[in-house]
Amino acid sequence: MQLKHLIRHFAVAGLALAAIVPAHAEKTVLNVYTALETDQLKAYQQAFNSAHPDIEIKWTRDSTGIITAKLLAEKAKPVADVIMGVAASSMVVFDREKMLQPYAPANLKALNPRFRSAGATPTWVGMDVWGAAICYNVAEMQKQGLPRIESWKDLLKPEFKGKIVMPNPNSSGTGFLDVTAWLQMFGEKGGWDYMDKLHENIAVYTHSGSKPCVMAGAGEFPVGIAFEYRANVVRSKGAPIDIIFPKEGLGWDMEAIAIVNGTAKLEAAKKLADWATTREANELYAKNFAVVAMPGIATRLKYVPNDYEQRLVKNDFAWMGKNRDAILAEWQKRYATKSEPKK
Amino acid sequence: MKVAGLSTLPPGRRATVSERLGGPLLLLAAVALTIFLLLPLGALLLGAVRDDAGAFSLARFAEFAATPGMATAVWNTLWVAVVVTAITVPLAFVYAYAIERACLPLRGLWRIIGLSALLGPSLVGAIAFIQWFGTQGVLKAWLGETSVYGPVGIVMATVYASFPHALMILVVALATADGRLYEAADALSASRWRKFVTVTLPGARYGLISAALVVFAYSVSEFGIPKVIGGNFPVLAVEIYVQVVGQHNFGRGAVVALLLLLPVLLAFAIDWWVQRRQQAGLSARAVPYRPRPDWRRDLPLLFYCLLLATAMLGILGMAAYTSLVRFWPYNLELSLDHYIYGLAEAGVLDAWLNSLRIAGLTALFGTPSVFFTAWLLEKCQGGPTGLRPLVRALAALPMGVPGLVLGIGYILFFNAPDNPLNGLYQTLAIMVVANIVHYYTACHLTALTALKGIDREFEAVSASLKVSPFVTLWRVTLPVCLPAVLEIARYLFINAMTTVSALVFLYSPATLPASVAILNLDEAGELGPAAAMATLIVLTSAAISLLYSLVTHLLFRRHQAWRQGQR
Repeated sequence: MQLKHLIRHFAVAGLALAAIVPAHAEKTVLNVYTALETDQLKAYQQAFNSAHPDIEIKWTRDSTGIITAKLLAEKAKPVADVIMGVAASSMVVFDREKMLQPYAPANLKALNPRFRSAGATPTWVGMDVWGAAICYNVAEMQKQGLPRIESWKDLLKPEFKGKIVMPNPNSSGTGFLDVTAWLQMFGEKGGWDYMDKLHENIAVYTHSGSKPCVMAGAGEFPVGIAFEYRANVVRSKGAPIDIIFPKEGLGWDMEAIAIVNGTAKLEAAKKLADWATTREANELYAKNFAVVAMPGIATRLKYVPNDYEQRLVKNDFAWMGKNRDAILAEWQKRYATKSEPKK
Repeated sequence: MKVAGLSTLPPGRRATVSERLGGPLLLLAAVALTIFLLLPLGALLLGAVRDDAGAFSLARFAEFAATPGMATAVWNTLWVAVVVTAITVPLAFVYAYAIERACLPLRGLWRIIGLSALLGPSLVGAIAFIQWFGTQGVLKAWLGETSVYGPVGIVMATVYASFPHALMILVVALATADGRLYEAADALSASRWRKFVTVTLPGARYGLISAALVVFAYSVSEFGIPKVIGGNFPVLAVEIYVQVVGQHNFGRGAVVALLLLLPVLLAFAIDWWVQRRQQAGLSARAVPYRPRPDWRRDLPLLFYCLLLATAMLGILGMAAYTSLVRFWPYNLELSLDHYIYGLAEAGVLDAWLNSLRIAGLTALFGTPSVFFTAWLLEKCQGGPTGLRPLVRALAALPMGVPGLVLGIGYILFFNAPDNPLNGLYQTLAIMVVANIVHYYTACHLTALTALKGIDREFEAVSASLKVSPFVTLWRVTLPVCLPAVLEIARYLFINAMTTVSALVFLYSPATLPASVAILNLDEAGELGPAAAMATLIVLTSAAISLLYSLVTHLLFRRHQAWRQGQR
């Protein structure tokens, strides 16, 4: 008798479970690959789910380099449905490999026309801009009696010998955008001349775009060539740094969203792409970035100047893409062969 | 391979059980290693001989040779590896000697501290070295004018990180010795030094060579340390990172990976050559050697252990200290904020549970696979000719393969649409398998070192008594090798707990491991929370190690009583 009861209990529980399960199963699971920060993800997911409770986002988050390598390695059988918050320079690579599904999000017309790939139907759409900045440790500045920094040229002063860290452009997109900005601002010859002199002052080329500001914040090296989002975060964690936006101009790249070619969840992916271009989404981006895709959204960041957008250099993405290999080879030739770090 | 190659027996003699079962089982191991190691590697390495259009070409090698600075990178990699090996192996040997051949108090403690570098992610070492010797470092003066960012930092951090790998093998090598040899030496009134050179060293020769190979290969293929602390000092492992992660050029990355395999081929050749000459240290008639207290030997060794243990704890301690201060080095107020932030806001708690599962499964499945394969190789006959060298080569291969290369190879191979195994991709299982394969070599060498210590006569006797070799394995070999088996399990567990390089490409949203979450925290500039979560992993691994010691202590009392000599 006992056993019979038990079986009946299980049967009832099973039925109840069966009633619940389909409700769960209706949720479309969307695999999204991203290089966004964890705290940003939470906010975006919450906002998106309040509009689309039937879609569940599963994030795979890592640094831009790792995520890009992973997406390329998975090319034959993509796992991701959507790529969100990955650098436009990576999107260009995916596009070339025919990995992206062209789609014009509902709100495309409302965006700044710079924030989309070329072509009738864009393959990727920009979300926000991240640009160069210098993290300058003021505690060390005072302790070591270092001069003020206002421009890129200031970094060439002999006092900064062995005091500057910057990302290696061969391993970091942030490093690459600095190099291309100098080449575009100072001209081909002027740019390399500048880097030759800067090289004399560089202590370490790091393999991560975030590390220079982190190291500057910890006082390892007083000056870190970084980007504004990381600078803002490091500063708000309590690091004694000033964030400097050199007056000659700033290199930048875009964070973008794209749908993966061949995804089985195309409808849900389109909904996410649509949402990413809404005013609501752009206002969320503006909490972390000074310049976003939708014009006229002005949530200024605490440590970023108002004219930030005007300071960005005129980036020619086509030129950058075409000359990437040549620029990196030249950089490698000039600066990578000296093995010993400068003292 | 023809299975008929098996029957080289003289007519009229039937194949023994060991021959009938040993061969096919070893074949099975070879197949598994091929699927989970050789084919994924091949999937990536093929890229080295293909151009952009996919046609066969050697252009990438030419490109590589023409890249400025590559010759420097090759040279740097080699000399750093030689220096690291020359420092680590003697350090670890004396430490292992102190643990196994002297009468020190708290032997278990020294052993756990000796293995402590394994307890945390390799990031811990790099962070701690920067904080001890970096620009803001407490001990910066020790380095004089030299910057820690460069070869000095790489050598120090690599010696620290590779020490436990060598220690594990050397402890096993020194655990077993024939007491009669020492008695004979005493009877001939040989000096202490002479006994060491003529009895101890030859007995541990195989372990010493294995340890040197493992340390050398570790230094060559490790990219996490030079990436963080290497400054502008180019080495090959970082070059793979730059090519694969920075430039997404898998082909050129594959060329460098192939280059890294060369030292391993060399190591395999040496290993094979030594194998043929090694004789069992523990013959069937052996009397276990049992050290007697002798303060002239024990006191210096105790100081030595104390010194090294202090240094190793100092490194872990720095990480723990960083996790407790608000903002190193400017706000040294103590707080638990980083722990709360890491666990609650950064969501490391789930990741930590994932890591526990991955590590548990890696130890559970990895230990028997590794040990059984080593046993088949060493103690059984049969199987087609060429199978044994093949399995040996496959077992030696992982130590020359950076995790990064293994990870990308796994994606390319297991995620291929026409691979029947592609259901494995994105599962926990594939991460467990990747871990076992990644750490295979050191475990294999540990098992082999232990097995080589036992005379083949045991098998011969059982065969003549018509006892199945599996019974001998269960009744004699396994109990004798129990310390090694447990060592392997612990090694797999704590490495799986802390590894990043292969898993960073293999995790799915549901299986994010803690070590990757910590790397991301550090990358984002959250040094405090990263140190806090790393400390948590160290504590977990340490707790598991202690638990292990307790449980094994009870087991040893039963199975290892023979080591204590006649009572």
